[in-house]
Amino acid sequence: MQVTLKIQRFNPEKDSAPYWKEYTVDMHPNDRVLDALLYVKNHIDGTLTLRSSCAHGICGSDAMRINGVNQLACKSLFSKVGNNVTIEPIAGLPVIKDLVVDMEPFMEHYRSVLPFFINDDPPPEKERLQSEEDRLRFEETTKCILCACCTTSCPTFWATDAYVGPAAIVQAHRFIFDSRDQGASQRLEILSDPDGVWRCRTIFNCTNACPRDIKVTEAIAEVKKEILFNKL
Amino acid sequence: MQYHYHKHDVIIVGAGGAGLMAALYAGKEVDTAVISKLYPTRSHTGAAQGGIGAALANLEEDHWEWHAYDTIKGADFIGDQDAIEFMCKDAPDVVFELEHMGLPFDRTPEGKISQRRFGGHTNNETKKAVMRACNSADRTGHMILQTLYQQCIKHNVNFYDEYQMLDLIMVDGEARGVVAYEIDTGELHVFHAKAVMLATGGWGHVWNITSNAHTLTGDGPALVLRHGLPLEDMEFFQFHPTGLFKLGILITEAVRGEGGVLINGKGERFMPKYAPNVKELASRDVVSRAIYMEVMAGNGVDGKDYVYLDVTPETVNHYFEVDDSRLPNGEIRKIDDHFVQTKLEDISDFCRTYVGVDPTKEPIPVQPTAHYAMGGIPSDIDTHVLANENGDIVPGLYAAGECGCVSVHGGNRLGTNSLLDIVVFGRRGGKVMAKDVKQKEFKPIDAEAAAAKVRAELDAILNNTGEESAADIKQEMKDIMTKDVSVFRIEEGMAEAVKKLRELRERYKHIHIDDKGKRFNTNLLEAWQLGNLLDLALVTAEAALARKESRGAHARDDYPERDDENWMKHTIVYLDADGKVTLKYKPVTVTKYQPVKRVY
Repeated sequence: MQVTLKIQRFNPEKDSAPYWKEYTVDMHPNDRVLDALLYVKNHIDGTLTLRSSCAHGICGSDAMRINGVNQLACKSLFSKVGNNVTIEPIAGLPVIKDLVVDMEPFMEHYRSVLPFFINDDPPPEKERLQSEEDRLRFEETTKCILCACCTTSCPTFWATDAYVGPAAIVQAHRFIFDSRDQGASQRLEILSDPDGVWRCRTIFNCTNACPRDIKVTEAIAEVKKEILFNKL
Repeated sequence: MQYHYHKHDVIIVGAGGAGLMAALYAGKEVDTAVISKLYPTRSHTGAAQGGIGAALANLEEDHWEWHAYDTIKGADFIGDQDAIEFMCKDAPDVVFELEHMGLPFDRTPEGKISQRRFGGHTNNETKKAVMRACNSADRTGHMILQTLYQQCIKHNVNFYDEYQMLDLIMVDGEARGVVAYEIDTGELHVFHAKAVMLATGGWGHVWNITSNAHTLTGDGPALVLRHGLPLEDMEFFQFHPTGLFKLGILITEAVRGEGGVLINGKGERFMPKYAPNVKELASRDVVSRAIYMEVMAGNGVDGKDYVYLDVTPETVNHYFEVDDSRLPNGEIRKIDDHFVQTKLEDISDFCRTYVGVDPTKEPIPVQPTAHYAMGGIPSDIDTHVLANENGDIVPGLYAAGECGCVSVHGGNRLGTNSLLDIVVFGRRGGKVMAKDVKQKEFKPIDAEAAAAKVRAELDAILNNTGEESAADIKQEMKDIMTKDVSVFRIEEGMAEAVKKLRELRERYKHIHIDDKGKRFNTNLLEAWQLGNLLDLALVTAEAALARKESRGAHARDDYPERDDENWMKHTIVYLDADGKVTLKYKPVTVTKYQPVKRVY
């Protein structure tokens, strides 16, 4: 199938503002948008710049806005997105070049929620025991790959970049609901800040955008509930 | 000549499992920094699926000695037995440490770490598959990578994210630092160090169909070669039997561990012919060869070069009955749709997304995929890089993980042993580097000259007006290697591959690139990385051509048998600046296991 890609281009060394450029390429319906982007880069215009690595939805490098919806280019097949495809960088983070954004503000929010296991008790000789039920309690949010599809689809984040954002809350959720962890109250304290969970207006863009099918809005709601009724 | 200068006791290049584990350990005691061309959580450790091997015996009897013997046998007796024993003995402790770091392993009904069956891992007495792979659904690597990165944040490890290493700084045979390129700005950074660890991963993109990330370009091993140091056992590269058809995306061996069977185009389960005891759970080289032989015999699906991996509960439960496969409590094993969806959740997602197959209802189309480098930078158990076949150490240089060769995988790696390798030797390397650098002062480097050398190399690519395209050369390299240096090999084919690869290396000198800019110039970096892949392809083909036997992943039509008398030895390969390859050999370390014929 013939595919037209309309790609937002921006080279900080040459351009004062982003512009659109179109490329037409032959693709198979089962090809990924990433395949087409790499075809353009390899055979038409080597200056086209994007991040990609694993190419099968595990590393989270190639989050971009495809036909207005955040997704991973390596998980978007032409059979799904059609043959007229608009591709932009994810929104709300500064664009470095073409489809590459500065991830640092996103990572800063991530680091702010104490995204690591906290348990100061001396560990047992073998594993800490955890029931299957307790383990499943936070299964969903362990799947996050930090691609930023959720946070950069959130209108609240676009409006207020101080908002910690869905991804950071998902990462906090993974520990708050882990029966082995002892840092929940510290994390809930951080997330009860005005720029924490309460900025979430349950718009559900994050849940729709997540390439790992995490129910992000629900996870945020669980953290809100925990702040209200349990830990604080 | 403009460059930035940094000084750290320890520099680790690569932020996968090995690099991060080393960083945690070195960072506890000395000033440590990690350079990574990706954000650390993008590293390919995250793509590992099925599990990490350790004889915890949480579900049935198991011993680290059994794990060690399985690994030695899996390696087709060319792994170093002292290193293998060290790794397997250390395995339970390192897995418990990961759990203490918060890693969310799946659990047994008693709340212990859950374990599953995997290829080549057996009860040494009954010869049946043993539950040894500690797992977290089918994203164990993701959990390990995330957990280690979380711990690095907790312990304030220094990271230089999206910095590409472009050179090692070697003075008088000693590693004293690294030159790296800040991808965002195009500026050069000289890192002065007392210890440099390479943990850069593999190079599967030398072949067409691969499970590897695009960014796995063998930067560490290629730079080692360029500094006149050797690589070890490069002819041993693992083709994982079950890559998703055409895409090469890994479909974990855990699918077979949980009962999945391989079916040819005639609808026959063919593995019992090749491995009567453990069938689908033979080691990967054996299963990959079986698939190729089925395809060659015209038994591929629709006459094509793939077969089916069937994990539909109906088929799996049928073969549990046929095989009399039982749970520890004596009941016949049984699975249902929910089991497949939860224990193999990511796999189910890949199948639905990329080939439109629901694995609970239909079989998955699979073919072997270039997966893992058993060879690499020779090191000792302490991760010290070795300068030659005599075992002399390169002061200041360390290697761990897939880019290294201790050698614990020999001719063929067992599934779950790569995740084990990275954490065991990452931890060991971190501790050893901390100890080594405390007894050592910073030695002088000429930072200006080091940066100027790299700048000149980059300028040579940027200013080249040749007619050749890097993308075309890369594709031709992949085609050559896939045709002639793949699952089955033969003298004429490999000789032809060597000749063609040499031509490609000449053409590579005349490539041009489009992007001449400073900011985020991936066009430039990919062109540079191609030079690494070409070097690694050449030494792989030359080492393979020279080894006149079949062992592990190195299978030759013209020398179909293993030849312990002449070839039970490691290859040590050098590549000089003119492209001349020199092959030397060194003995395999044997503790107590003499080679026997490998039967599964």
